[in-house]
Amino acid sequence: MLKSKTFVKKTRSGGVLKIVREHYLRDDIWCGSEVCTECKDDSPVLQRDAFIQSRLCTYPHYLIPDTNVVLHQIDILEDPVMRNVVILQTVLQEVRHRSAPVYKRIKDAIHEKEKHFYTFTNEHHRETFVEREQGESANDRNDRAIRVAALWYNQHLRKAPCAGELRVVLLTNDQANKEKATEDGLLAYRCEEYIKSLIGNPELVDRLALTSNEQNEITGGRVLFPEHLPLSRIQTGIKNGTFLQGTFRANRDNYLEATVFVHGEGEDGTEVLLQGLQNLNRAVHQDIVAVELFPRERWAAPSAAVLEDDHANDEDAEEEEAEKLESPALETSMLKPTGRVVGIIKRNWRPFCGMLTQSQIKEATRHLFTPADRHIPRIRIETRQASALVGHRIIVAIDGWPRNSRYPNGHFVRNLGGAGDKETETEVLLLEHDVPHQPFSKAVLSFLPRMPWAITEEDLKVRADLRHLCVCSVDPPGCTDIDDALHCRELDNGNLEVGVHIADVSHFIRPGNALDQEAANRGTTVYLCGKRIDMVPELLSSDLCSLRSNVDRLAFSCVWEMNRNAEIIRTHFTKSVINSKASLTYAEAQMRIDDATMNDDITNSLRGLNALAKILKGRRIEKGALTLSSPEVRFHMDSETHDPIDLQTKELKDTNSMVEEFMLLANISVAQKIYEEFSECALLRKHPAPPLSNYDILVKAAKSRDLEIHTDSAKALADSLNAAVLGGFPYFNTLLRILATRCMMQAIYFCSGMDSDFRHYGLASPIYTHFTSPIRRYSDIIVHRLLAVAINADGTYPDLMDKHKQSTLCNNLNYRHKMAQYAQRASVAFHTQLFFKNKGILNEEGFILFVRKNAIIILIAKFGLEGTVFFKNKGKPGPKLSFDSEGPSLTVEDQHTFHMFDKVKVTVTLDASNIQHQKIRMALVEPVIAGVSVAWPEPAAKKPKLDR
Amino acid sequence: MAGLELLSDQGYRLDGRKASELRKVQARMGVFGQADGSAYMEQGNTKALAVVYGPHEVRGSRSKSLHDRAVINCQYSMATFSTAERKRRPHGDRKSSEMSLHLKQTFEAAVLTQLYPRSQIDIYVKILQSDGGNYSACVNAATLALVDAGIPMRDYVCACTAGFAEGTALADLCHAEETGGGTALSLALLPRSQSIALVQMDARLHQDHLDTLMEAAMEACKGLSKVLDSVVRQHLQEVSVLSRD
Ligand SMILES: [Zn+2]
Repeated sequence: MLKSKTFVKKTRSGGVLKIVREHYLRDDIWCGSEVCTECKDDSPVLQRDAFIQSRLCTYPHYLIPDTNVVLHQIDILEDPVMRNVVILQTVLQEVRHRSAPVYKRIKDAIHEKEKHFYTFTNEHHRETFVEREQGESANDRNDRAIRVAALWYNQHLRKAPCAGELRVVLLTNDQANKEKATEDGLLAYRCEEYIKSLIGNPELVDRLALTSNEQNEITGGRVLFPEHLPLSRIQTGIKNGTFLQGTFRANRDNYLEATVFVHGEGEDGTEVLLQGLQNLNRAVHQDIVAVELFPRERWAAPSAAVLEDDHANDEDAEEEEAEKLESPALETSMLKPTGRVVGIIKRNWRPFCGMLTQSQIKEATRHLFTPADRHIPRIRIETRQASALVGHRIIVAIDGWPRNSRYPNGHFVRNLGGAGDKETETEVLLLEHDVPHQPFSKAVLSFLPRMPWAITEEDLKVRADLRHLCVCSVDPPGCTDIDDALHCRELDNGNLEVGVHIADVSHFIRPGNALDQEAANRGTTVYLCGKRIDMVPELLSSDLCSLRSNVDRLAFSCVWEMNRNAEIIRTHFTKSVINSKASLTYAEAQMRIDDATMNDDITNSLRGLNALAKILKGRRIEKGALTLSSPEVRFHMDSETHDPIDLQTKELKDTNSMVEEFMLLANISVAQKIYEEFSECALLRKHPAPPLSNYDILVKAAKSRDLEIHTDSAKALADSLNAAVLGGFPYFNTLLRILATRCMMQAIYFCSGMDSDFRHYGLASPIYTHFTSPIRRYSDIIVHRLLAVAINADGTYPDLMDKHKQSTLCNNLNYRHKMAQYAQRASVAFHTQLFFKNKGILNEEGFILFVRKNAIIILIAKFGLEGTVFFKNKGKPGPKLSFDSEGPSLTVEDQHTFHMFDKVKVTVTLDASNIQHQKIRMALVEPVIAGVSVAWPEPAAKKPKLDR
Repeated sequence: MAGLELLSDQGYRLDGRKASELRKVQARMGVFGQADGSAYMEQGNTKALAVVYGPHEVRGSRSKSLHDRAVINCQYSMATFSTAERKRRPHGDRKSSEMSLHLKQTFEAAVLTQLYPRSQIDIYVKILQSDGGNYSACVNAATLALVDAGIPMRDYVCACTAGFAEGTALADLCHAEETGGGTALSLALLPRSQSIALVQMDARLHQDHLDTLMEAAMEACKGLSKVLDSVVRQHLQEVSVLSRD
């Protein structure tokens, strides 16, 4: 089978290393076509009647795209119209090398059966392998390899007896390559040419990426940006220290400013500030860039101003923008290193959701697109259906950003629907936060248990039967995915037995199958207002795994023996069968505890738990656990229209903290157990202590009220927060805690073998993990599996014991959790807007949370709503402002000075002028500052009737 | 940058082989006249030379000799030019002593040493070019050299490596696969009796994978044994033709 051993690859890596690799050429690589009789392919991929209706190719044909076509026109290739495409190995390898996301997408397309994409391993085929010639560049060789393969296909298919007119068509945007291909007798077209020739699919044309040839025509010759250096120069620069490599982060509030986070040795990194379009030099949020530092005298402080890029759709308005930047602050302590982008190391472009701003010129086909994500600049696209797209949410991909263009160029990908529609907006925020939300596939569903499902004899044999225990669950109202239940009873020796019973999800989700992979990818259930995107199919989440009352359910139990002082005497883990006696809400549970006339088992159990929880909480706080707060908002939804009718901040009851306390305890106990058993591959959760500088704003804020906050340890922080109380200002402490929450770091999952610092700062625990919510968090499923192995209840599998694989998984989980959190916030914001839209103008009392250079940010406690009061409006000369960053405080018109936590009155309205960024507008009512504050609106202001 | 893709979706490895295919094997016996036995072996780009002396009287201190069987003395070394980076390799560094020891253990299991009490057999192997599977190339070359020297053995000793990528076992790893794929298992097998002379694995592997990996390595060894057998037979033919003249 091995034909011959030709060997060719010499690559250099690092120093001058000659790497010699064997390269086998084969005779048994098939062409993959149905018509072919010569190849012995069992299941050919390419169809006999490969027919895409095209004016250029009126015969059946297979397409062979070259590397650049795959890289840039992936949106086209993904369209269901495009079928019977041969992806050459050469192309696939180059794509893999150049863009991981595109590589993943083309692989997905290849796996999709209906698309009939075939990968031809041309580099190992005896007749299509080409050796690099003397003086030939790698690119040229690859182009030649592609042509040779295409030629081979042509000849090979001609030999087939019933091939008819079947041909292959090469798609390339490279003029030289196209010419050479035509010389060789191949059919070669440019991608645009081909797509435009398609009959019956005019919308595909809009999705063509603008390729470099065309870019030059689009904007006039004026060069706006400095050149990007080639990668080789960047690399030398980084090596010798003239450039720094980092991640570009656009400032969402100020489009002329960005920071580049440069990873230093170890933990610390530096941030380089970039100001002005020239210095940002076409970098887009999340790109990996190379920056050059400016000399120290040009260092500056970040401007605290809020600037939005909302020019009309004209191209010439960009001249004076550089001047708009505020002059840098004078204190040297605030100065940050500044610099400019000299080159892009890796683009991190993704498709963006947003809306079209139609060009004023009626017949124009070029329009500006405004992404919903304000980190992203506006994008110019070409479309003929602009009028149909206006007012809709669409997806656009960036193709490139030439030096002479103020905006990047892109192309239309997909229309999501009318802006402001609840469906569309939800789709947008799910897409924008990369939340996988497609319905579960057939493959995934096939791994669900067959219905009707019942607990079998075998299950009972290997599990502890705890059905006799008086177990109950306590959850928020309307909860259908109940993953925890509790019990507490007195033992004969006077001690208490406390059990935490967690849904045994890992019993149903077996490692490695499609269901498991899907759950691992989703990572978490995402809760939006009025919508839940499940991590596991509903049959599991709301039925088989949900520990509902009065049904037998499988559980994983953690049972402690405790004395009355809540000290653990014995911990025991077991797989079990339980039968919950009641599913209570927090309020119901609280009522039972408080009602002295109730004396049933459930109530007594709850009272026992409550008493222990109080001791546990006291002890935890003693050790320095933080109790922080964030204003959480809940909506009362109209059950029919799902419109928010009322909104309230979440209210905490004793029973909330009762359940929480035992969940924490279970998590800690499990963390200890799995770490003991698997020191290398336990999945744990840690919460790093924040760097002290994070607390600056908190300390300053407290100081302004003559209070001191100590930040040297969690305990000191907790104590000083407790002591920070102002008479006559009960909400002050909550405000401080809200601020403190914002100083914190993210808690993250990690694999114990990859890290040495395990501490959970917020909980003041040396070790922690997540065990208690396997229905909605994948981390808990892994922890269940580890624990099951530790107690010999289940077997292990390879990936569970592989710390690198687990580390990769942790990264995904951390990412998904972060995104889920953002999506949730965005959903709350959207519903808040809907709420205010229906309410009209409101007058509310609020507190100043932050003071900025030209604005104050206000929290309305009643709604947990944050909004900004701007003191500078566009087009109008603003009031005189003086900002003191020490306070921080802002003096307006020399009349009134705003400090943090000041009480103000504002009007709240919804500003729907920009439908994409509907904003809650706040305007100052009190204190009254002439020319700045607004008058109380008429109390009986007519509610504008807004129908949708 | 992304790492190497060891196994493509189409089932081809970096160098174009399928998962269970061996590299091209070439071997010659009797390459040196002065030694009692010698052989040259190529497995892909890994090239090894083996030379055998003996059985002869025990050299050096007599105390080393064994009254009931022969002593096997192995020495493994790598040529300075055998890797991409030229490196001076002092004699008896940790790696080569370990390898020497492994070879000794392997051949003590295969050579009928009890036929030669109080004597010694020397096996010298040198890696001329290294591209993964050094141990197996050495074992295979030494086997041929022992056959060339006419020393009786229970069976050929065939050695091969196997590794793991995307849940599939790969046979006969090249250097890139050895370094990029995590686990590599070396197996020396006496194919006829299917008894194992030596198994070695440095990395951690989940036990679920062990069976598939062993299976793949055994298959590869059996494949190799066929090749070795044909080399021996061809050599015999050549020699007999020569001696007839
Ligand atoms: Zn064929």
